[in-house]
Amino acid sequence: MNISNTVKITPELVAEHGLKPDEYERILKLIGREPSITELGIFSAMWNEHCSYKSSKVHLKTLPVTGPIVIQGPGENAGVIDIGDGLACVFKMESHNHPSFIEPYQGATTGVGGILRDVFTMGARPIACLNALRFGSPDHPRTRHLVSGVVAGIGGYGNSFGVPTVAGSVGFHSRYDGNILVNAMAVGIADADKIFYAKATGVGLPVVYLGSKTGRDGIHGATMASAEFGEGAEEKRPTVQVGDPFAEKLLLEACLEIMAKDCVVAIQDMGAAGLTCSAVEMGAKGDLGITLDLEKVPVREEAMTAYEMMLSESQERMLMVLKPGKEAEAEAIFKKWGLDFAIVGYTTDTLRFLIRHNGEEMADLPIKELGDQAPEYNRPFTESPKLPVLDAASVPAPTSLGDALGKLVGSPDLCSKRWVWEQYDHLILNNTVQRPGGDAAVVRVQDGPKALALCTDVTPRYCEADPFEGGKQAVAECWRNLTAVGSTPLAITDNLNFGNPERPEIMGQFVGCIRGIKEACLALNFPVVSGNVSLYNETQGRGILPTPTIGGVGLLKNFEQSATLAFKASGEAILLIGETRGHLGQSAYLATLFGREEGAPPPVDLTAEKRHGDFVRDLIAKGRVTAVHDCSDGGLLVALAEMAMASGIGAKLEAAPSGLPAHAFWFGEDQARYVLTVPAAAAPEIESAAKAAGIPALRLGVTAGEQLTLPGENPISVAELKQRHESWLPDYMAGNG
Amino acid sequence: MKAAVVLFPGSNREGDVASAIKRISGKAANIVWHADSELPANTDLVVLPGGFSYGDYLRCGAIAARAPIMNAVRAHAERGGLVLGICNGFQILCEAQLLPGVLQRNAQLRFMCREVYLRVERSDTPYSRRYNAGDVLKIPVAHGEGNYTADDETIKRLEGDGRVLFRYVSPEGKLDPKWNHNGATNAIAGILSEKLNVLGLMPHPENHVDPMIGPTDGRGLFESINTVLEAA
Repeated sequence: MNISNTVKITPELVAEHGLKPDEYERILKLIGREPSITELGIFSAMWNEHCSYKSSKVHLKTLPVTGPIVIQGPGENAGVIDIGDGLACVFKMESHNHPSFIEPYQGATTGVGGILRDVFTMGARPIACLNALRFGSPDHPRTRHLVSGVVAGIGGYGNSFGVPTVAGSVGFHSRYDGNILVNAMAVGIADADKIFYAKATGVGLPVVYLGSKTGRDGIHGATMASAEFGEGAEEKRPTVQVGDPFAEKLLLEACLEIMAKDCVVAIQDMGAAGLTCSAVEMGAKGDLGITLDLEKVPVREEAMTAYEMMLSESQERMLMVLKPGKEAEAEAIFKKWGLDFAIVGYTTDTLRFLIRHNGEEMADLPIKELGDQAPEYNRPFTESPKLPVLDAASVPAPTSLGDALGKLVGSPDLCSKRWVWEQYDHLILNNTVQRPGGDAAVVRVQDGPKALALCTDVTPRYCEADPFEGGKQAVAECWRNLTAVGSTPLAITDNLNFGNPERPEIMGQFVGCIRGIKEACLALNFPVVSGNVSLYNETQGRGILPTPTIGGVGLLKNFEQSATLAFKASGEAILLIGETRGHLGQSAYLATLFGREEGAPPPVDLTAEKRHGDFVRDLIAKGRVTAVHDCSDGGLLVALAEMAMASGIGAKLEAAPSGLPAHAFWFGEDQARYVLTVPAAAAPEIESAAKAAGIPALRLGVTAGEQLTLPGENPISVAELKQRHESWLPDYMAGNG
Repeated sequence: MKAAVVLFPGSNREGDVASAIKRISGKAANIVWHADSELPANTDLVVLPGGFSYGDYLRCGAIAARAPIMNAVRAHAERGGLVLGICNGFQILCEAQLLPGVLQRNAQLRFMCREVYLRVERSDTPYSRRYNAGDVLKIPVAHGEGNYTADDETIKRLEGDGRVLFRYVSPEGKLDPKWNHNGATNAIAGILSEKLNVLGLMPHPENHVDPMIGPTDGRGLFESINTVLEAA
């Protein structure tokens, strides 16, 4: 079906474009006439939630985005931070939730492709990918299919593109049954003085289209990402794009080559809303108009209309403004890599976004207003009710600690994710110092000794129970994981996944999480430099758990000083840094063993968090600890089990301190805690250093043998734990779970 | 050593292998473009690196096997020159019929990136003289289509001629289906040409040469090549 440009704009057509009646009124007022169908499509692309952040902007503005290391905060393709020696780290995380639910393999591939493009558009060579995935209940009939497709898709793109996928998180919960989360993060390295931006400068310069050809795929993808799913989600399949990692690899090499030759004034990738969004961004940011002649756009389908070309989300495409006289040089580079190169327009001083097709005007809109005058909502919100702190004594004890531990390490959320990360090439480029499975990945920068620590974190059940504490906790845990490998946490990217913002209680979750993130970022000196908001994650009126994924970057001056979580030798002292109150509300213990998600989540004391983390990082830097592990989901005994399973070495543990039920001590999820091992002789000195700094340090026992032994309990075989830990996911995926 | 690493569109481990060559031989490798028709003068080692040449569309290695540079690679091999194909390079060598057989999808139909154990079957080849026969190496794999097979006749000939250089084994060096992660016939991980000058293997020795990153069991392969070429 061809939509001609003389279509009568009806209220139904406006609604089909995801625009509310008052938003359409705003358009009429802005341009003083009825829009053409192409113009309506352009407005719908620019003003949807995904591109305009209309519901979130007012709150996002409150996040701390500056700091001495910040070169570029939110608002560009990706965030940029200074990592010293003339180098910059460029990174961002973005969701591809809706497409991945409809078509898991292609949804995931294009999510990875999009975020990689965001990073190399800024002139950086990607060095690592990460992700955060949330699936529905393992019992849900679609879950296995979705896990299989998403994981294969993430691997399929990254492996072929040639960047290691080094870390991530995978979780399951019935609240994602109808709306999974696929958050992909990419990290790149660039020369700090050679960062490329979207802002165009100069009038009459050529606007160049690069990369793959334009087809009809993904038309209105961004509008879909801004709507709830109803029953007919399957019918949306034509709006899911298809990824081509091969084309993207060529695009990467060609773009970096063209940038090195100093040909580029401005560059913007064509992601959501394709040609429309990229052209408007370049013009609006540079206070310039853009004129495009669509007959020059390379297409792979016949008879494409202006409307279709402006809204296509075909992948692996870029838009550039070239320096004068550089056309031939740039074209030769693109032809060498076998990619399309076409001058499709030019910059003007009119501030108009003028679209022509075979000489006929199809759209003529004010370019600044397209972006700047998007509706902005301060939507009503209601705060989530505070839940009472659960009394540990009211939580049943397990039949035995060993039995509970086995169930936890073999549970869907805490089991080994080896089945997932073995499908990702995590070794390519030869710089992966710490592989998946630790607290954070460590990736060497160029030839070292500098390295980056990378991780993604969020605990959605905490965010549901208390958005403010949950938001704080997501940032704090990310900071803690980066610290646990010895790095100095530098900055984060956030991927805020929530339900329908038009519901006050969902908006309340969003606002609460943002406040928590803000408070933690300020306290930990950990700015937000990029991010993405994904709203309307609901199916048939049921929202997901609020899931503000935090992707963090830390810096190690020397990667040889990074710490790992595996026990290193028998006979070493095991120390716990941080205070244990036995907080069982919203714990994995309560949820996994008793199916209860109750009470307030553990509170996060950011002052303690910082003090404990700085203390541990200093010990690592001085080479005084042999193993370090963050204590989080599942609590202390799970942390110890993970250190044991990573090494095969067991531990002889002391009894829980009196005054706390044993299961609260061992499975409570109090924050700001780390487990360390140190040579036995060094333990007293470290304990007194902690005491002097006002930091709780508790001797838990000593590494020994091949079992975990606890007073009054049967010894727990590390090999058996490992068997349970490793087998759940492969068994489940094989259909035996 | 004067190495040429061929860069096909979609290659992605050319940098890893070039840096391994530099680390071990002290000499930088030439990166040669797929559309060129000649190798640099005096090239004595050609490497076809890992990756997804031409997106692995059609069939892994099938398009690359017909790239312009492959005529020069074939001529180099016919002269007895060393040609090393790693992962996608092995697939290309099979598609170019410089080595027999094919690489099918992994038996469990998933891409796999993990460390595996390889047994060195003989040490009297240009690629293995710094190892001993029976040595067990820990080397990573990263492939979705590494399941080697060929017709019975070819397998019999390869085995009879001692042209299987590496096999997937247990950490103790024993054949065990559990450790043959991709289901390859006879657990074959790498094979040689008749004249022993062309080697194709699925694992990535170039990713295990740096003690700062992991084990260094891959060094021996590059040291062997270097020894042979420096002595020539």
